[in-house]
Amino acid sequence: MTISIDQVRRRAEADAKTYGYYLVPDPDLLQAFLEGLKVNEDRYGYPLCPCRLASGKFEFDRDIICPCDYRDPDVAQYGACYCRLYVNKAVYESKNLPDVPERRPIEKQNRAYTPQTAAEETTQEKPPTPETPKPTVQPTAKSSAAKGEVKKKLWYCKQCGYVVFREDPPYVCPICKAKREMFAEIEAGVELNG
Amino acid sequence: MEFKKVSGSRNEHKVTLYALSTCVWCKMTKQLFNDNGIEYEYVDVDLLDEKDKEKARQAITSKGGPLSYPTTIIDDNTLITGFRKDRFKEVLGV
Repeated sequence: MTISIDQVRRRAEADAKTYGYYLVPDPDLLQAFLEGLKVNEDRYGYPLCPCRLASGKFEFDRDIICPCDYRDPDVAQYGACYCRLYVNKAVYESKNLPDVPERRPIEKQNRAYTPQTAAEETTQEKPPTPETPKPTVQPTAKSSAAKGEVKKKLWYCKQCGYVVFREDPPYVCPICKAKREMFAEIEAGVELNG
Repeated sequence: MEFKKVSGSRNEHKVTLYALSTCVWCKMTKQLFNDNGIEYEYVDVDLLDEKDKEKARQAITSKGGPLSYPTTIIDDNTLITGFRKDRFKEVLGV
């Protein structure tokens, strides 16, 4: 099943409104962004950033699913996200789009190129199958060092108590807007004796 | 890795463009080259298989570029990251 451009547009508009952002003022650019998001959602099963390269694996790509993890700090610092789909009020009104450098760490970018750890090429190489990957979160993270998985941890916001289970804490707390520094890891363990 | 070639009247430079098929600024770059008759070759990295993706990564990083798209490499020595009209003007005169 594919998603319509209108659905993509409504979702982006609603998200911009929630966070106090604007969508890029140029209607042709906006349309092109929405089309890129639609293509990626049809291809991968999630609306991957149209300006970045996907690995096709949800766990590797989750930080660049639009709106990406980097949007909030990028809009705060530059007035726009990396793509410049989301902008702040000043940019929206001036129509001058700033240059926004890539904030995503290089280690994460590299996962789109060598998702299977290049050293182990002995297993049969299967081409990426665009239709199948579904955003299935595996709560049991069986031997998290296994290739193709990331090590997820529990993080909590010391300011408001918001808890997330993922590789890194968010740049900005989605609940109270506290900065990343306010997040701490929750050390969870299982007692086996007794 | 197979490049698509776009011929143009202005072919004094070797212009290689690494793009994504979904990327708006990559489309703008192609459009700018097309409108100005710049001859260039391009590849949409998101449509490549894994081996060729890795080749594209090496081609970009070996020139010192960040892994951002569009990346334009001119005459194998000048790398321009992004849809930088000012840089294109400087190097290609468009």
